[in-house]
Amino acid sequence: MKWDEFFVTGDPFIYAADASIVFTSIGIVFVLTYYKKWKWLWSEWLTTVDHKKIGIMYIIAAVLMLFRGGVDALLMRAQITAPGSEILKSQHYNEIFTTHGTIMIIFMAMPFLIGLINFAVPLQIGARDVAYPYLNAVSFWTFFFGAMLFNISFVIGGSPSAGWTSYVPLAGEELSPGPGQNYYLLGLQIAGIGTLLTGINFLVTILKMRAPGMSIIRMPMFTWSTLITMILIIFAFPVLTVALALMTFDRLFGSHFLTLADGGLPMLWLNLFWIWGHPEVYIVILPAFGIFSEIISTFARKTLFGYKAMVWSMVSIAGLSFIVWVHHFFTMGANAVVNSFFSITTMAIAIPTGVKIFNWLFTLYKGRIKITSAMLWSLAFIPNFTIGGVTGVMLAMAAADYQYHNTYFLVSHFHYVLISGTVFACFAGLYFWYPKMFGHRLNERIGKWSFWLFMIGFNVCFFPMYFLGLDGMPRRIYTYEWADGWFDLNVVATIGAIGMAIGFVLLIYNIYWSFRYAERETTGDPWDGRTLEWSTHTPVPFYNFAIIPEVSGLDAYSRMKRDPAQEKKKEYKPIHMPNYSGKPIFMSVAFFISGFGLVFEWWWMAILGLIGVLAMLLLRSFDYDDGYYVPVDEVERIEKSYE
Amino acid sequence: MNILKKQSKFILGLISLIIITFISGCNDLAVLDPKGPVALQQKDLIMLSIGFMLFIVLVVFVLFTFMIVRYRERPENADYEPPQDEGSKVLELIWTAIPVLIVIALAVPTVKTIYALEEPPKAPSHKNPVVVHATSVDWKWIFTYPEENIETVNYLNIPEDRPILFKLTSADSMAALWIPQLGGQEYNMAGMETELYLQADEPGTYNGRNANFTGEGFAKQKFTVTAQTEEDYEQWVEEAQSARKLTQEKYNELMKKEIYTDELTFSSTHLEWVDHAKQADYAVKVRKGIDPEKDKQEENDSHHGSHH
Amino acid sequence: MEYVHSDNGKHDAPDTPLEYQSETGRLNILGFWVFLGAEIALFATLFASYLVLVGRYADGPTPGELFEVKGVLIETFLLLTSSFTCGLAIHEMRRNSLKGLIVWLGITLLLGLGFLGFEIYEFVHYIHEGASLTTSAYWSGFFVLVGTHGAHVTMGIAWMILIIIQLVQRGLTKQTTRKVFVASLYWHFLDVVWIFIFTAVYLYGMVMHHG
Repeated sequence: MKWDEFFVTGDPFIYAADASIVFTSIGIVFVLTYYKKWKWLWSEWLTTVDHKKIGIMYIIAAVLMLFRGGVDALLMRAQITAPGSEILKSQHYNEIFTTHGTIMIIFMAMPFLIGLINFAVPLQIGARDVAYPYLNAVSFWTFFFGAMLFNISFVIGGSPSAGWTSYVPLAGEELSPGPGQNYYLLGLQIAGIGTLLTGINFLVTILKMRAPGMSIIRMPMFTWSTLITMILIIFAFPVLTVALALMTFDRLFGSHFLTLADGGLPMLWLNLFWIWGHPEVYIVILPAFGIFSEIISTFARKTLFGYKAMVWSMVSIAGLSFIVWVHHFFTMGANAVVNSFFSITTMAIAIPTGVKIFNWLFTLYKGRIKITSAMLWSLAFIPNFTIGGVTGVMLAMAAADYQYHNTYFLVSHFHYVLISGTVFACFAGLYFWYPKMFGHRLNERIGKWSFWLFMIGFNVCFFPMYFLGLDGMPRRIYTYEWADGWFDLNVVATIGAIGMAIGFVLLIYNIYWSFRYAERETTGDPWDGRTLEWSTHTPVPFYNFAIIPEVSGLDAYSRMKRDPAQEKKKEYKPIHMPNYSGKPIFMSVAFFISGFGLVFEWWWMAILGLIGVLAMLLLRSFDYDDGYYVPVDEVERIEKSYE
Repeated sequence: MNILKKQSKFILGLISLIIITFISGCNDLAVLDPKGPVALQQKDLIMLSIGFMLFIVLVVFVLFTFMIVRYRERPENADYEPPQDEGSKVLELIWTAIPVLIVIALAVPTVKTIYALEEPPKAPSHKNPVVVHATSVDWKWIFTYPEENIETVNYLNIPEDRPILFKLTSADSMAALWIPQLGGQEYNMAGMETELYLQADEPGTYNGRNANFTGEGFAKQKFTVTAQTEEDYEQWVEEAQSARKLTQEKYNELMKKEIYTDELTFSSTHLEWVDHAKQADYAVKVRKGIDPEKDKQEENDSHHGSHH
Repeated sequence: MEYVHSDNGKHDAPDTPLEYQSETGRLNILGFWVFLGAEIALFATLFASYLVLVGRYADGPTPGELFEVKGVLIETFLLLTSSFTCGLAIHEMRRNSLKGLIVWLGITLLLGLGFLGFEIYEFVHYIHEGASLTTSAYWSGFFVLVGTHGAHVTMGIAWMILIIIQLVQRGLTKQTTRKVFVASLYWHFLDVVWIFIFTAVYLYGMVMHHG
């Protein structure tokens, strides 16, 4: 392989990206060296097994990915605004929408939510860490290096360009030769290991590590949504693992699962992909529902309306999510019985979702609604998600779907549910838990500007797309003609996208501004919170709770505050905590090396990486590190420091 | 207060925007401007669902606006302690039942239409359908009229008021034949044959295209559909039947993976030597320079030789 | 790692198996059960993929032409017996007999190796007869399904070797017994998967050919 094949060349955008990557890297190295922060970075962060730090690292990575995916989106909008424009070539445009979709779903939405879950759930259930802190670090680092492997594709070797759904035969060796598609397969495979481990980890954590008195129907709604999401992960992700493996075998080892020749069955990919893919949609939406439930309840100052109905609706959504996958390809020519069945199951999801919407609305009823930035994002979710939801029902009607499928109508629908659902929830959750994470709130004024720009921009961007779809504009075309008549609405959409971009920039500026100037938070309970995470200090001590709280009902912390007599005298005991470890990051680097070798079919490198992974597993097997005890006087000293 | 007003105004504005846009814009949109019975049935279903959906959106928006206006925190209600009510069985039953009814109301016409679209359109005529094999190749369309023994590339002529039975397949990547004004799309898949009925009610020119992403030339993989009167159509068929014959050599050139926008007419069809619905790897082999038929024969021979 | 809540004593009863006496032990065993749930989803997907590819032989041989009852029966016998001896190993462990545990684990290991040996021989034989991963969709499905199981068995054997070394080093402790117990769950699981492979792949493949 020649150098100019190894590095992507010939495009000014790519050279700019190359330069920015080099300069950013040099900048980071310089700053770390100048402030002598290398050791701190290694011993406090890179080797950490603390769920709070891992959560924060997930969120940082997700925000970076949101930036990358957002730049992709803006480039797409720039290209598609005017007919016949040649800002991007077809191939480049295809690469960009492929990476946009993959990054936003796999490397932005999921890690952002998993980051919030990591930070908040153990605190909400009154635990000192997760069930498997070491595995939690493995989860993060495999996600991170999977994401890095996927992301370097645009400067080394070329990006995948068959869409985030990677339908075969297009994504197969015959029609998409080269490393691009391999990056997709291996990046997702490595990150998928981490996701599955997260699923197991948090399922066991929630089942087994709740504070005494917190029965399963006293769990906060975010914890409930996490529990259900983890079950979805455990049963859905292995399907993706297999699907990716089959395509990898086809491309690297010449098997014939999905090929055109020798009996391969391309439809197998579509089915497996969506059997994973539809539950995946709920993996990124159920935690969002949980976050909105917490925030709406907190700022309406009311307990959540219809708690049990909220739980049951999530359970039924999760169950239904496994029997609707065919609605992603109604147009495949399945017979009327099949299409009717999947139409009805899909529409049925609207029922529990509707129940949830009304329960949120009635949580507001007779409340005293305090409008903070976190609450703004949560309130905006209700009307926007309703629009996304009802258009989802329209798409579920198979006979009509033949007209919406593969069009901007669909594009608009899933952006409505994923942005007003997942992205709004990520922002809402960030504003909500930010004081707990960093010891100061985000600025409300900047927050509100950012919200209104983003929210209005979002509607301006995506609402016209429903009409573009009904006017016959297919998704994924890189250009169109004046005669098509789609120019006006595309201009509107692009203006909206700019609004969203400014909103995002303001959010980042808000983080900077608040870091510099915001008042430090000392109470630990800035929002008059209802759940246990607000009952501990800010910043949270590494052991979370000096004394594990006793729970007497729903909204545990609200009850404690109403009835302070319940608080028992403080008698500390030694606290058992896990040790930090460097093995997770080393193992994930080995995965990265192995994956990179497979992408280019450099077998020696792939095997070398694999040996590295096995070596780390071997070391771990002989590792009888059982953590350490924090002595009582140390706990007392730390607790005193907060007074 | 300021933001509250802004917010409710914005939401009211949004509702009116939705309604106004729907009312004013509908007739210009291809999908809502049907020119045949299939697209018409789909439009009716879409309009019905939009009606229900606007109702739901309206209910949610009105309730939402009411809640945030009425129960917003203000200086005068600062002492108010909200009741910690945990729910209401009756209310929850109501908002479970209503969506159930709406889903049923939408499921019935949906299933009816799904079944109806499996059959050739009945109105206005009862003529036999014209059979057209539509084969997608990266990046062009090949239309085969087996009964008339003609083949066209990148354009499609059809008679008005007569059902067209498309038999869809692909030579390589998965595509979708879509003529929005005549009806919804369906996938073209190599090694498979899917069927789709469409019909035009009046003469005219309609846009047809591939709606499913197929890579670099996807945006250019389009074709024109001309619906003609029965006489004009018959005349065109006659003319086409005197065009040059399609040779396998010429056909294999069309198998090349490239953007190709010329319109061609032939007086014989490729079904004489390949049906992509039965031989999925024909184009792949041609591109590799392997004779697709000879190769298959040899493999068979060697295999049976060694195992029996 | 009891950093959750302190033990309330109910797990310290003398009849509680050693591996269940620590919080870590209990959590890890539960977590492993959950992991096996994910493994079921993985193998279910592989089975489904295999089954839809049955009949897609392209120009390659059919399974009926190549499958031989004898080899498969030997493999089945070896693996089923190993599951039994693995059970005996746990029985010895519960009796606090380190020696018995190691002996039966060793026998399990040897039976597992025997299984692997026959499987590798079988694969080589098929490849020699013109059926490899690249022959047809059917054979791709066969090799990946059966091969994934074989890879799991290989991992299981390597794992058991590590555990035996640790047993020799440390004897029966809360940690080592937990590892043995978890590995035994894994081993029984692979046995169950094999029964499905035996039925869905081999029996079905042979019946389809002769019937």
